[in-house]
Amino acid sequence: MDAAGLALVLATLRLSTPLGVAAMGELVGQRAGVLNIGIEGLMLVGAFGAFAVGVATGSVLLATGAAVGLGCLLAAIFAWFVLNQRADPIVTGTAVNLLALGGTGSAYRLLFPPERPIVSPPAVPDLVPGVGVFLLVAVLLVVAVAILLSRTRIGLEIRATGERAEAAHNEGIPVMRLRWACTLFGGACAGLAGAILVLWISQSFVEGMTAGRGFIALSLVLFGGYRPARIVAGALLFGGANALQFQLQAAGFEIPYALLLMTPYVLTLIVLALYAGRAHAPGDLARPFVART
Amino acid sequence: MNVVRAWGVPVGAVLVASAVAAILLALLGAPPLEAVRALVGGAVGDSLALENTLVRSSPLLLIGLAVAVSFRCGIWNIGGEGQLYVGALAATAIATRAFGSAPPGVALPLALGAGMVAGALWGGLAAVLRVTRGVSEVLSTILLNFIAVLGVAYAVHGPLQEVVATYPQSDALAATARLPLLPGTLRIHAGLPFVFLLPFLLWLMLFRTAAGLRLRAVGLSPEAARYAGISTSRETVRVLLLSGGLAGLAGAIEVCGVTGRLFENLSPGYGFTAIAVALLARLHPIGVVPAALFFGALASGSGAMQRVAHVPSVTVQVVEALVILFSVGFALPRRGS
Repeated sequence: MDAAGLALVLATLRLSTPLGVAAMGELVGQRAGVLNIGIEGLMLVGAFGAFAVGVATGSVLLATGAAVGLGCLLAAIFAWFVLNQRADPIVTGTAVNLLALGGTGSAYRLLFPPERPIVSPPAVPDLVPGVGVFLLVAVLLVVAVAILLSRTRIGLEIRATGERAEAAHNEGIPVMRLRWACTLFGGACAGLAGAILVLWISQSFVEGMTAGRGFIALSLVLFGGYRPARIVAGALLFGGANALQFQLQAAGFEIPYALLLMTPYVLTLIVLALYAGRAHAPGDLARPFVART
Repeated sequence: MNVVRAWGVPVGAVLVASAVAAILLALLGAPPLEAVRALVGGAVGDSLALENTLVRSSPLLLIGLAVAVSFRCGIWNIGGEGQLYVGALAATAIATRAFGSAPPGVALPLALGAGMVAGALWGGLAAVLRVTRGVSEVLSTILLNFIAVLGVAYAVHGPLQEVVATYPQSDALAATARLPLLPGTLRIHAGLPFVFLLPFLLWLMLFRTAAGLRLRAVGLSPEAARYAGISTSRETVRVLLLSGGLAGLAGAIEVCGVTGRLFENLSPGYGFTAIAVALLARLHPIGVVPAALFFGALASGSGAMQRVAHVPSVTVQVVEALVILFSVGFALPRRGS
């Protein structure tokens, strides 16, 4: 393989990883019946947490931990409103996205004012040149989620909760507790995806830097028909398209920048139009649950 | 009890949200009291600030109505921002390229009409994807936001860029396509009185016509509506056309009445703030008026807050988000979905 081909493969892996990781979290949540469109905001707070803590401590581990923690924290706010207060998940998710955008924007401008010298967070160490440790973490995560959902007792209970919460409850499955746990897991994954963006891909923080990646991950869950392997294939497809964009640009093709940036959203919309109708969503997705005694 | 629910929850949501934002600011080391003083001064401090607040309320009011009607129909149009941008794009294209030299009575209505139609079609696209391909309008409208914003970026760097090609912006709109200022004001354009009339028209439509009843029926219970012979698909298309049209009109009014040009970042997120507006108004068209004025004042004051107290203007988004959370978390009865 020539240098350009290798660069394309590496860029594909790098750009696919955050999408795949975020999508795994959303998958587990949705399988339990929780539709979290706040995933974009969860990723963003993860990215900011990784940046701020990375700059302050210089530690990749602490930065990643902060990202996961902040993702969980914001996911807990979402879970409380949606699961306990039975607020609408779409509206709540939109508010979570807005909260993350405003919150990280305010914090970034106050903590890193323009007069401060430019700082960058530590880079994640490489497994082999060009491939960060995060790729290994992502692969392990996908395998773990696949096994969890299809081969374990808890996975069965999660799926039952998403499909028919009432029936699951009657079987003695702790519906609320499972939904909470799955939502927090989704927050952790989204936060990790944000950390990957900052510590592996961009080495900086920019306001609103997730730029719709959370929504693309959400679309991948649908596109992949709620199955881990197909979601990973989708993530690679999008990462590849993304990588190709940059390569074309670097090769000097005269494509207007805005149109280049537009392609992932157009591609997602087309993919949704082709496949969304076919995916079988969990029966009780986005429906609130009240235990009848 | 009804009075408490109608007023207590929105007012409480605003108060609690503001308090939480102030505490967060203090934690981050910003001066909350100074920030609030600058904010209030920039929103209602003098006549220019007041005019600014009114002008900024206009897109919030229009898109707030757009969000309210669609949410009432059980359709989650999160795409107000994108519909605003395509509306502004279409109005600019008409006013700077196609009909810029048309007489006054022609260019302005054409520009505003084009904005409305473009917004309606952008919303309609989401409706068609949902009805024919089963794509959730939540995802499609969010994706269409990105596409519209980048479409405007492309246009002002490319086909619609000013003739002198210095900045990424369109040419100034022809005077014949501008909304004139009201006499004696510095910023209030002639479109504003009309915008403030719309909530009453929309209230009449929603609560006094058969079309409004059908729309609300689908929102309350799609199954029951279908049983009563209402086509939920048709209502989905209709409400997204209406909703998109209102947001598109907001975009057209921005370029024809406020900025006079098209450029990137035309809207500071009006389409998202409008969701907070509609929810604070508890999806009632008349309630949208005070809610839009409140968020218009916040938008107007946030600039002063940044200049005077050095508190980032994006903090306002935190208040918006908290208002949404507190409005839905403690008040809105859940409708069947």
